[in-house]
Amino acid sequence: MLIVFSRINEYLLMAWQALRAHKLRSFLTTLGIFIGVSTIITIFTTIQGLNQYVYGQLSNIGANTVYVQKYPWVIKGDFWRYRNRKNITYKEYLALKKRCTLADYISPEVFAVKRVGYRGEKFDNIFIMGSNENYKETANAYPEVGRFLTELDVRNNHRVAVLGAELADKLFKHENPLGKRITIGTDKYRVIGILERKGSFFGQSMDNYAIVPIGSFRRVYGGHRGLRIALMTTQPERLEDMKDQIRGILRQVRKNKPGQDDDFAINQQDMLTDLYRQLTSTLYAIVFVIGFISLVVGGIGIMNIMMVSVTERTREIGIRKAIGATRRNILSQFLIEAVIIASIGGFGGIAVGYAAGLLILSQMDLTIGVSLLSIAVGFGFSTMVGVLAGFFPAYRASRLNPIDSLRYE
Amino acid sequence: MLIKLEQVSKIYKLGEIEVPALIDTNLQIEKSEYVAIMGPSGSGKSTLMNIIGCLDVVTEGRYILNDRDVSSMSDDELARIRNREIGFVFQTFNLLPRANALHNVELPLIYNGTPRAQRRELALQALDNVGLAERAFHKPNELSGGQRQRVAIARALINNPSLILADEPTGNLDSKTGEEIMEIFERLNNAGNTIIVVTHEEHIAKHSKRIIRLLDGRIISDA
Repeated sequence: MLIVFSRINEYLLMAWQALRAHKLRSFLTTLGIFIGVSTIITIFTTIQGLNQYVYGQLSNIGANTVYVQKYPWVIKGDFWRYRNRKNITYKEYLALKKRCTLADYISPEVFAVKRVGYRGEKFDNIFIMGSNENYKETANAYPEVGRFLTELDVRNNHRVAVLGAELADKLFKHENPLGKRITIGTDKYRVIGILERKGSFFGQSMDNYAIVPIGSFRRVYGGHRGLRIALMTTQPERLEDMKDQIRGILRQVRKNKPGQDDDFAINQQDMLTDLYRQLTSTLYAIVFVIGFISLVVGGIGIMNIMMVSVTERTREIGIRKAIGATRRNILSQFLIEAVIIASIGGFGGIAVGYAAGLLILSQMDLTIGVSLLSIAVGFGFSTMVGVLAGFFPAYRASRLNPIDSLRYE
Repeated sequence: MLIKLEQVSKIYKLGEIEVPALIDTNLQIEKSEYVAIMGPSGSGKSTLMNIIGCLDVVTEGRYILNDRDVSSMSDDELARIRNREIGFVFQTFNLLPRANALHNVELPLIYNGTPRAQRRELALQALDNVGLAERAFHKPNELSGGQRQRVAIARALINNPSLILADEPTGNLDSKTGEEIMEIFERLNNAGNTIIVVTHEEHIAKHSKRIIRLLDGRIISDA
């Protein structure tokens, strides 16, 4: 074992000396692998950062919540099929609330874009949502300060509003918002709570909105708007049963005939994660192909230079053989040299690829830690290329005849 | 008996044509002998040297080196024999140009797995033995021809080989330096080393105690 180890040391030293003797050439030879590995690691790091972010955000949509809507989130095929669907109505919400026994929380959600103001400060294009007290469970939106809507607020159509964190910041720079009256559109609402901050999703703030009781909303903005209905179970194993129950109730209320498709959609989080996975798997495949091509090109470069190197060093090989190097000694020497060229390119590629990945992620305000997987991938690929590209030249070197090699000029 | 060639022939094939380089040669060399092998070019002396040096194998016959039949050994077995039993000294020195003198001398030890510390010590000793200890860290291109050849001799001696095989060792040296090299061989022979010098120069051959002459692949005199 000790002998094997000290031999490897010898080979590393030999390889290092040989590479140093042709610094520029060695550097250029590593470039191919360097570019290949850095491409792979850049995109790998970026995708991993995105994954972490997107899955984190998607988990905000609770896995146990489904959304009844007119359109499915992911439309496959002909969009026009869905065009003539009727809106989801308040009546349907009431029917679900009454009969959907498997749902623990149900919230109707209806939206409008309004101007919001407080003491002369006005902000346009603010999302206003009408909902009920269950929204905090179905949307995982709990108040940071104050309180959320209560059943009483909703039943009596109180003119109260819960604000997203960003909207509250904008309206109330130096004041405590609780109890203050703001205008939404033309009506006054009293602020009762501020929600926990959710951050942004691809540059879109998720804290720039206000929630009011759905009855107040309907009274002011009209009851004709289409709804989205969120239904949540606290027991994951009941999710599929709950969906079946929802379907049954809605088909009946919306008078879908037997054999006719549903004219509504039941959406849930995994549709988005599936979509995301599909998109990124295509990206992975493209990266793999690009990376693979550049690694092959890099490998050919290494092989080429190793062939030149073996020819140039024919005499050295002859000398080594004359004084007792076996075929295996010579093979190892040149193979290790090729692997070192490739690994230097590989390590450089890992470092630069990781840095480039971080840079790209930082443009999106994201970050990610060092991934052992990407280091392993980069190192594994470059070593493999070194072995594959180095083997043939090294084999040729090991087979050289010492007598002819010693005479080689 | 150190070297014993029995009915050795070496035939090269150049396409369809067979070229005999050495024909039915018998030769015995004892331990501690000092032998010169002479002959004009094409006489077979290089072939004979390659066979004795285990760089090449015989086509027919047997070659016994140190009681071991090496005539049918594989490449790698021959490499090990060369490493342990034979020290080569070449006309063109054949040192590794990028390695310093010390590294060149310790090279044979790398291939038999001698630990680094011991290697250094032995190599320094060997260099000292040829009077070059203070040049240990110079590269070949920083040394004179005579010094390079002395480094090569140190390398040849490092494994305590049974046999030192020198191929025109003074061919690239001026006559004064050549004489110095020959003095080293004489000293080594007096200390008990077996030496075989291949040469075509009579005054070099005169240093030996036995001269074998070849012509057209056969030994024509041995005295």
